[in-house]
Amino acid sequence: MARLIRMDGTGHTTLGEWTAADDAAYGAALDEFRSQLELGYIGTVPDGPGKATHVRELPREVDLVIMRRPIAGG
Amino acid sequence: MAVGQALPELASVPWRARTDERWLRRWGRIWRAWTLAYTVPFAAAAGVMLWLEPLAAPVAAAALAHAWIIPELYAFRGASVVRPKPSKPRASSAEAPGVVATPAADPELVAQGLLGDLLGHDERELQRRTGLALERGELGVWLVGEAGALLLTPGGRRLHCFCVRVTAPELPPSDRIAHLLLALRVDEGGFATVANHAFAGAPWRVRRRLPKRMRPALDTARAAGR
Repeated sequence: MARLIRMDGTGHTTLGEWTAADDAAYGAALDEFRSQLELGYIGTVPDGPGKATHVRELPREVDLVIMRRPIAGG
Repeated sequence: MAVGQALPELASVPWRARTDERWLRRWGRIWRAWTLAYTVPFAAAAGVMLWLEPLAAPVAAAALAHAWIIPELYAFRGASVVRPKPSKPRASSAEAPGVVATPAADPELVAQGLLGDLLGHDERELQRRTGLALERGELGVWLVGEAGALLLTPGGRRLHCFCVRVTAPELPPSDRIAHLLLALRVDEGGFATVANHAFAGAPWRVRRRLPKRMRPALDTARAAGR
């Protein structure tokens, strides 16, 4: 089961869950993903130790997609 | 759809040169020269005053104090980038319609779980003990805190301090670290470019200004960087 989560004030919130064969669940997660992009969140896929990938569309074949806020110099 | 490894936040700092090994070496040399420039004159003045007039010892002592205090203040500034920051009240979890609710829990505990999933076993234990997440990169060994990061260059002789934070102060501490960690993993050079460079110098100068709890993380990073 793949998950789309957003890091927020609650720790994190699950926005969607889908399997590769479940088009409806994936479509709902995709809509949620796009709405989060419009709110300024950034999609990131953790690829294992030391690696992550920035994504602009929701990948169907991954386990976890994390929506994060932008960073800036402090 | 993956869009490569450029950090999207780079668009907000188009005027900055991308941080790489050469940039770090240059800034390391600049910081060393700067430290000498404000230390040596005070120390030399103290020596000359004592040589000319031993009764000027109190003034010489004040000059030596300046030569000691100013580098200490800079090192304190460097260490401050990873000091824990106060959290603001958390936001509601129901910010978006259709959200699958996460069971109510302490936000920091929830965030700690996610951060733990992103880290290896040893790094997770180190982060829980010290508050800093260790990450090996191409530029060196990073220690990521809530609002800043330390970069120990290969060989462990120089430490760069970066001020960088997530633009959402209501996040629990571990989520702030996870934000920085994910951005660092996407694009290490881009992460260092977006961050504000606060200090560069010998690790021991920063270590003694770190909270005691965090010092073992720097020791571990030095061991990992050798």
